[in-house]
Amino acid sequence: MKTLVYIDHFKGQVQPAAWEALGVAKSFGNSAAVIFGSGLDELTKTAFEFGADEVLTADETGMQDYRAEAYAATLSALAASRSPDLILLPTTSRTRELAAMTAIDLNTGVLVDVTALAMDGDKLVATRPIYEGKLLERTVCTGKPVIATLRARAFPRPAQDASRSGTPTKVEAKPDSPAKVEGYALTESAVSVTDASVIVSGGRGVSNNPSLTPPAGTDEKQAEIWRAQQGFKLVGELAGVLGGAVGASRAAVDGGYIPYSHQVGQTGKVVSPDLYIACGISGAIQHIVGIRSAKLVVAINKDPDAPIFKVARYGVVGDLFQIVPALTEVFKKKVGK
Amino acid sequence: MKIIACIKQVADSEAKVKAENGQISWGDAPLVINPFDEYAVEGALQQKEALGGTVTALCIGPASAKEALKHALAMGADDSILISDSALASLDTQGAAHILAAAINKIRGVDLVIFGRQTLDDGSGLTAAQTARILGWPMLGLSGQIKIENQNLQVERIIEEGRQIVSVKLPAVMSVVQSIGEPRYPSFMGIRKASKAEIPVWSLKDLGIAAPVSLVSRLDLITPPSREIICEIISGDNPNAIAESLADKILAEKVL
Repeated sequence: MKTLVYIDHFKGQVQPAAWEALGVAKSFGNSAAVIFGSGLDELTKTAFEFGADEVLTADETGMQDYRAEAYAATLSALAASRSPDLILLPTTSRTRELAAMTAIDLNTGVLVDVTALAMDGDKLVATRPIYEGKLLERTVCTGKPVIATLRARAFPRPAQDASRSGTPTKVEAKPDSPAKVEGYALTESAVSVTDASVIVSGGRGVSNNPSLTPPAGTDEKQAEIWRAQQGFKLVGELAGVLGGAVGASRAAVDGGYIPYSHQVGQTGKVVSPDLYIACGISGAIQHIVGIRSAKLVVAINKDPDAPIFKVARYGVVGDLFQIVPALTEVFKKKVGK
Repeated sequence: MKIIACIKQVADSEAKVKAENGQISWGDAPLVINPFDEYAVEGALQQKEALGGTVTALCIGPASAKEALKHALAMGADDSILISDSALASLDTQGAAHILAAAINKIRGVDLVIFGRQTLDDGSGLTAAQTARILGWPMLGLSGQIKIENQNLQVERIIEEGRQIVSVKLPAVMSVVQSIGEPRYPSFMGIRKASKAEIPVWSLKDLGIAAPVSLVSRLDLITPPSREIICEIISGDNPNAIAESLADKILAEKVL
């Protein structure tokens, strides 16, 4: 089987699930990594190291910024000339639209946020969560190529072999787009929650530290946000020691404590970390559905009846402002990071 | 400004969804407007208030989906259209996009089409971009902070790395995220108006198109293995002792 794997990246920073997709493609046969952008030498090298048989690049200044129409036109033209059996993409904010539009161009279908992909006879069958993960469906695409976006961390990451190398093949770019990129407002968080193997999350409870005195002259709302930000510092320190990302409940985001990009749950991001530590999160159903595929959930909450304890393997009923810093210190010693 | 808000009716998010004889069942849970689509209606109403014009709610579904359209009317939409046809039993996202594009073309003179980011049921989040592609209009996915001036639409798109600020000329299609603002509650007057509304129903024949050929189909449903989790509460004499035992438990699970 011939597969094109779209390597989604932002200024050279790859969504790690792209390499997972490359690993899936290799298990099916021939794999070509597809990279769009400007100045792609480093990424090309990495794609060969992760095992791509071929690397196809549309590398020019006109392709520097992702714009749905330009990228879809380039991918569609490439697929039309190469006739792959399968196009794989990691599921990201960009690839949902890119896959959707390319499917229209090629008159085929898209299987979104796939968590398992296997041949069943001559059919490629995808398993994907529906109804917020309350059910899974096994589904097929009858068009050609099959287009599938893969959920982050659902597939193993292939080994990186620094001795592998190769020369990229240039493909035709279609940089024209009706959209003009005016700029970016980037968040500085080191690890994104979607790709993190460890997430430490804070909820409304992080704003309740009674022992803090907010700076003079702040009104009630400002004082609440200030308290919450002190609380999120503790959450961030624990995440830092564990090499993880900082997550948040909707209540914390709505309260203005932390930007939306950290939000986990139905209206935020669905995550699948190995370890999820919920601090001061009560556990509304909309949050619970977002952490369903976490391997180990730990909850720290002062309310013993908080629903989060129903989905947690380990719980601490207590004051997160004491437990979280203590846990950070213990892990500093034990994990040595 | 002629604005279309595309909505869908889904089972309420609290519903206990199950597989029963290969079909999806949500028991007696109510059917509601897809919660993400309430943001689409809210976004459309905000732009109407800022710039003048009309908001039309558009929905594909069975006759019962009129209730979802009535919710949009009660929020303040000016009118609504239901697309309903017995030939639309198994519709995939491409099919839905072809139908919506045909309806938008039939309505004529549309400046902006707004979708919610995804639906609670299928959750694939493809239909907005596919509708844009079929119409040949620009697509702005996951948009917040909408600004429209002189037919120029600027938004901040949520991306993994933060936000991308993009502008296009209208007409355009967009999907919105919750940062555009909480959907308003239907007003008393709105509910009264909606309850009396006669909602036009368009068939495929009215749209002048054949039933789309399905390209994605479901083989079967699987109920995810339910995890019986018993929470072990870690206690101790002081925070350090608790942290010590908790860290040991976590390390023993070999997840780090």
